[in-house]
Amino acid sequence: MDNSIYLDEARDPLIIAEGWMKDGKDVAIATVVETWGSAPRPVGSHLVIDAEGNFHGSVSGGCVEGAVVSEAIDVIDSGKARMLEFGVADETAWQVGLSCGGRIKVYVERLG
Amino acid sequence: MDPYALKTLNAERRARRAAILVTDLGDGRDRIVREGDSVAGELGQAIAKAFRSGSSVSIEAEGRTFFLNAHLPQPRLVVIGAVHISQALAPMAKIAGYPLEIVDPRTAFATPDRFPDVALHAEWPEDVLKRQPLDSYTALAALTHDPKIDDFALKAALDANCFYIGALGSRKTHAKRVERLLALGASADQIGRIHAPIGLDIGAASPAEIAVAVLAQTIHAFRSRGLEAKGAAA
Repeated sequence: MDNSIYLDEARDPLIIAEGWMKDGKDVAIATVVETWGSAPRPVGSHLVIDAEGNFHGSVSGGCVEGAVVSEAIDVIDSGKARMLEFGVADETAWQVGLSCGGRIKVYVERLG
Repeated sequence: MDPYALKTLNAERRARRAAILVTDLGDGRDRIVREGDSVAGELGQAIAKAFRSGSSVSIEAEGRTFFLNAHLPQPRLVVIGAVHISQALAPMAKIAGYPLEIVDPRTAFATPDRFPDVALHAEWPEDVLKRQPLDSYTALAALTHDPKIDDFALKAALDANCFYIGALGSRKTHAKRVERLLALGASADQIGRIHAPIGLDIGAASPAEIAVAVLAQTIHAFRSRGLEAKGAAA
């Protein structure tokens, strides 16, 4: 069976990342690799970012996306992957912490 | 991420095949593992578990940290028969995360009026399944107990290795069905996979209760995929 009716291509972060790549854009992919407590998005969720800061998908309920996008632009420049942690215990909690009280680990890597 | 890995992964997802992206979080190297590929050791065990559960996970294996991102196709339910049970099953299955499609060539049954907001095909299963083949992430419930409508779909479900196959009808009805499926070339082992009488045994009586029993049996079949084979090998 064709998955197209079950795969929302217009909003699917990995499909969008592949499209950006074909357009010759530099792309970073952020992935939730671990969660503790109540986390808004499950392990495996993606946020994809281009060098201009455009993004699709989510790694939280909008709480930390801004911080991930700015880290992702550095990752695109340097080519070196980073592991980010967000949560109430984090010192940046005031700015970008998860208001729900959970903690997440996000792996950010460049595509290619 | 390796661009080739991303392309491969998206191709597998579009084709409704399960795949896992394995990333070494130490050096960032990644690769795609398809369902059925053999991977040795602790990593292989974790991969097999992720295919079964569909859950993505970080694991320690062979002294390294790996992230397994499991991409399983959306499980779906194809129902043969726009009958009373299907009317109850449609909203329930959708809520449970098993989007459903209904196939019934009888235009008096398959009406949008009876099935609002449901993917409905007022056609023969032969025609619909040719266009949209079944696969191992699809469940099939045959609910018309009319051989002309059900039999082709049941044989197709056996051949496509659907994760769940159920057929409505008494033991007597099913015994006759078994004869017909054998004549169509299905093996006895294959036919043994059909759940008949359909549904978990919860004493369901009304059409809506039978729908609950069918949905519960579908979920059980999905969540225990691969466990039967493992038990048999042990």
